[in-house]
Amino acid sequence: MNTVVCIKQVPDTETLIKVQGAGIVTEGIKWVMNPYDEFAVEEALRQKEKMKAGNVTIVSLGPDRAIEAVRTGLAMGADTAVHINDAAYYDKADPYATAAALAAAIKGMQYDAIFVGKQAIDDDAAQVPAMLAEMLGIPVVTMVIKFEVAADKSKATVTREIEGGQAVVEVPLPAVFSAQKGLNEPRYASLPGIMKAKKKPVDVKKAADLGVSEGPKTAIKEMSLPPARQAGKVITGDDAAAKAKELARILHEEVKIV
Amino acid sequence: MAGTLIYAEVQKGEIKKGSFEVTSKAKELGGDVAVCLIGKGAEGLASQLAKYGADKIYVVDGPEYENYVTEAYVQAFKQVADTVSPTVILASATAQGKDLIPAIAARLNVGAISDCVDLKKEGDKIVAKRPMYAGKAYAMVEALANPQIIAVRPNSFAVKETAGAGAVEKVAVSLDTSKIKAVVKSIEVAQTDEPDQTEAEIIVSGGRGMKGPENFKMLEDLAKLFGPTATTGASRAAVDAGWREHSYQVGQTGKTVSPNLYIACGISGAIQHLAGMGTSKVIVAINKDAEAPIFQKADYGVVDDLFNVVPALIDEIKKVKG
Repeated sequence: MNTVVCIKQVPDTETLIKVQGAGIVTEGIKWVMNPYDEFAVEEALRQKEKMKAGNVTIVSLGPDRAIEAVRTGLAMGADTAVHINDAAYYDKADPYATAAALAAAIKGMQYDAIFVGKQAIDDDAAQVPAMLAEMLGIPVVTMVIKFEVAADKSKATVTREIEGGQAVVEVPLPAVFSAQKGLNEPRYASLPGIMKAKKKPVDVKKAADLGVSEGPKTAIKEMSLPPARQAGKVITGDDAAAKAKELARILHEEVKIV
Repeated sequence: MAGTLIYAEVQKGEIKKGSFEVTSKAKELGGDVAVCLIGKGAEGLASQLAKYGADKIYVVDGPEYENYVTEAYVQAFKQVADTVSPTVILASATAQGKDLIPAIAARLNVGAISDCVDLKKEGDKIVAKRPMYAGKAYAMVEALANPQIIAVRPNSFAVKETAGAGAVEKVAVSLDTSKIKAVVKSIEVAQTDEPDQTEAEIIVSGGRGMKGPENFKMLEDLAKLFGPTATTGASRAAVDAGWREHSYQVGQTGKTVSPNLYIACGISGAIQHLAGMGTSKVIVAINKDAEAPIFQKADYGVVDDLFNVVPALIDEIKKVKG
């Protein structure tokens, strides 16, 4: 089974974010592979191992630094990669432009499935999976937590998270699948894996090389930090019962919830 | 502004509250407000949208819409959108809205703005405010072309009664079934009367300090006292410990919630948890560790053992309610 995995390099979740104009200050950030993309890489590797055949190709749009996340995917076990290394395109890219670049890179590849994290934890937009599928003219199933493929690779039966429960969906391949937490437990790259990854082929492209004509369709005008919450009120009292009584009064009289 | 088209959602035989919220907001922003309501049994519900400001309600109803399938809904919505030619398309960023909106945007060759918490009108443009980096920053975003497609986080706007003309039109959609490739084989939804965490107005949430699954019963009891718009939640620590199912998890790898009241019991307040509940209107924290980071976000803090505070709070609220 041949699969493509789209990954994005994002700031680690613990990163302190500082804003600057319509963006963030990138100095001092620890960059990692988007955590949801790790589920996507893992699932592609598992399918390849189960079928004992096929290739896993990583595709990523990002500036120079993104090669580290690409190498992480290769170190986990992916075979080849395309790095769309185009800082000018990336800086202005919204989810639509990102999907357009990824679609252009993937078009012409041989694949049975495309795995993508359900959302990147930097812009939290969760749009690329559906847009990519639309641009490639194939179906999409989002929020996948279980993935099984038929022996002849003609279709997949997947479980997806829906509001208040789960749905089992059958879809012919190729298709795009967005990975939700619970799909699998991503492996760590082994030391031999990291050594091997250094020799694996990475095809570096500019957006123009891929013939991408579509630009962004939305733009960030300004970034700001959330307003500091004013210091909260600590509820005092002689014991827990007294504090609970005061809290009940506040919920009734001030918050007016009860 | 020429007009807004809203995607309204039907679930369990009712229109989602989030759909009423965006309809109310569209009315407030001005211009014609049209709504596209899709779902089996939608026709009987359509007129409810009028009192929140819908001037026109397009209904797509039929057995083929019983289970949500992205492609079928995209086709149906696009047919209505082609008729209306709106300048703005709004939807509630529910689980379904999050799936549908980017697919519609790509089909219409425009962008989309996800999970917004506020909207402002600047001339013909809507400038949308949305959290990024798990709520550690906010972005003001605008679309560069029409229709401007925007999904709004549930509970961001109040449901307001402002009557619209409310004309209902049933639309006959000719689905291209050859393109509908995904088939829903089965659906398993928990039988509960509780609202989903993303839509609940009050959430009583428990973390590592709950010490075990059996102790969540008291959080459920407390939530019940707040009425049918309340439910319970959990931190990642409580979910990873196996005390609660993942569907209860609030935070970066769980649900993003924005209730009127969030009561955090025994939750330390890791940044990933704060990311999922930071936009709650009022935050109450109950934790015996005075240094817990949750207290920096809380409007009201109780530093004490939750096993003493919560039962006492249940008794006190019962007294207040009489």
